[in-house]
Amino acid sequence: MTILRVGVLALQGDVQEHLLAVRGCGAEASTVRTGDELESVDALILPGGESTTMSRLLKVFDLEMPLRERLADGMPTLSTCAGLILMSREVLDGRPDQIALGILDVSVRRNGYGRQVESFEADIPIAPLGVAPFRAVFIRAPLIEEAGPDADVIASFGDNPVAVAQGAHIGLCFHPEMTDDLRLHQLFLERAAASLEVSAA
Amino acid sequence: MTSDKTSSNGHEPHTGGVRVKRGLAEMLKGGVIMDVVTPEQAKIAEDAGAVAVMALERVPSDIRRDGGVARMSDVGLIKEIIAAVTIPVMAKARIGHFVEAQVLQSLGVDYIDESEVLTPADEEYHIDKWQFDVPFVCGARDLGEALRRIGEGAAMIRTKGEAGTGNVVEAVRHMRAVQGGIRRIASMRPEELMAEAKHLGAPFDLVQEIHRTGKLPVVNFSAGGIATPADAALMMQLGCEGNFVGSGIFKSTDPEAYAKAIVAATTYFDKPEVIAEVSAGLGKAMPGLDVASMPAGELLATRGW
Repeated sequence: MTILRVGVLALQGDVQEHLLAVRGCGAEASTVRTGDELESVDALILPGGESTTMSRLLKVFDLEMPLRERLADGMPTLSTCAGLILMSREVLDGRPDQIALGILDVSVRRNGYGRQVESFEADIPIAPLGVAPFRAVFIRAPLIEEAGPDADVIASFGDNPVAVAQGAHIGLCFHPEMTDDLRLHQLFLERAAASLEVSAA
Repeated sequence: MTSDKTSSNGHEPHTGGVRVKRGLAEMLKGGVIMDVVTPEQAKIAEDAGAVAVMALERVPSDIRRDGGVARMSDVGLIKEIIAAVTIPVMAKARIGHFVEAQVLQSLGVDYIDESEVLTPADEEYHIDKWQFDVPFVCGARDLGEALRRIGEGAAMIRTKGEAGTGNVVEAVRHMRAVQGGIRRIASMRPEELMAEAKHLGAPFDLVQEIHRTGKLPVVNFSAGGIATPADAALMMQLGCEGNFVGSGIFKSTDPEAYAKAIVAATTYFDKPEVIAEVSAGLGKAMPGLDVASMPAGELLATRGW
């Protein structure tokens, strides 16, 4: 059985933390900054960072169309924070030139939890992970204003969803890569491997 | 951890902790933070792909030219810049001026730079940064200075370079000093660490942490003299995690083009063909200064310790 090759979109952001998390789960991980690198991976992580910066670099370096094509072909993704914004159907308060890839059936508001002094951590239960809560780190996080029927809300904080699953995609407002808890990366790898019929590690 | 202001467990949201402070810097990695002096410049920076802007009244080369006392920027200007962009906004406080820092925190800036570019308010003590919910970035010339600032609560380090010169030589010197210091500690035997902490004037627990992890506990950007896409890529290849660019953008002949090119060169720092492509037809970089011939009194990097 072939082994799952996971890419981390490395235009900007906390790429290293995701590489370490995936490797910590025993899977292979590499960075993706070019069309060839995108072609060489089975699944993609869109990390935290600034969504405006990533949007611009995706366009300028001709990665947007290849990325859209891979997503249309069913490439599994894990997206965190800025990555979630890129993967969403609609970005409220975004910039007009901002990319919304339209894969996750969610409408997000950039910086919806406020400025940096309001960034926070909290223990939240995440349905597929069982009883033990997950320490979720929110940094100038996007707010999911609305999750449509295609998105399965797997965690909420207060009145809003903070984690959604949709087919082989997982989208998170927070940063599992900033903790030592690998359960969400593990869940992503299992679902990605199942959808592609390859081995996770 | 040296001393976090607060700690909590459970369902109550916990703000102002070490993880979210250092975490924002993690999100800026691989990016460029640009000095801006007007809301219009802030928008140009955001359009060009900056990950954050530094709101200032004057860029360092103008501060250098004008002389006098350089202070925290006008509050109205900082508010206008915060309103103009969606990316994080940083602002500078004078070294040791904790009231300027309190004011900046109350304005909602996302990061405070306790900066040698402004005239120091205290020549002996830096700000006790643990007392704040907003994170701080501080300058350093070598590993000891970086670890002293982290010990005081800095959540991000930038090597100082020599701001406002358009000359990358000091940025290179300081980045090499920090990276070399880390490699040295990583290769030591455990019994050598206390002597090294004494030699560096650095907190022992942070020296031990570097010995264990082989890296700084916070993100390290470069700053002070980066004027071209090749400069930005050089600093990345030397091991920094992103770049602050001050006068280099808005003192060039085509700021928009320089901003875009420096962003691209920071992402594709190890791809010379990309750096060549984005460097073509850029116009003139900012005029540079020879740091070696500058009188000691004009050096900004020697402010703070």
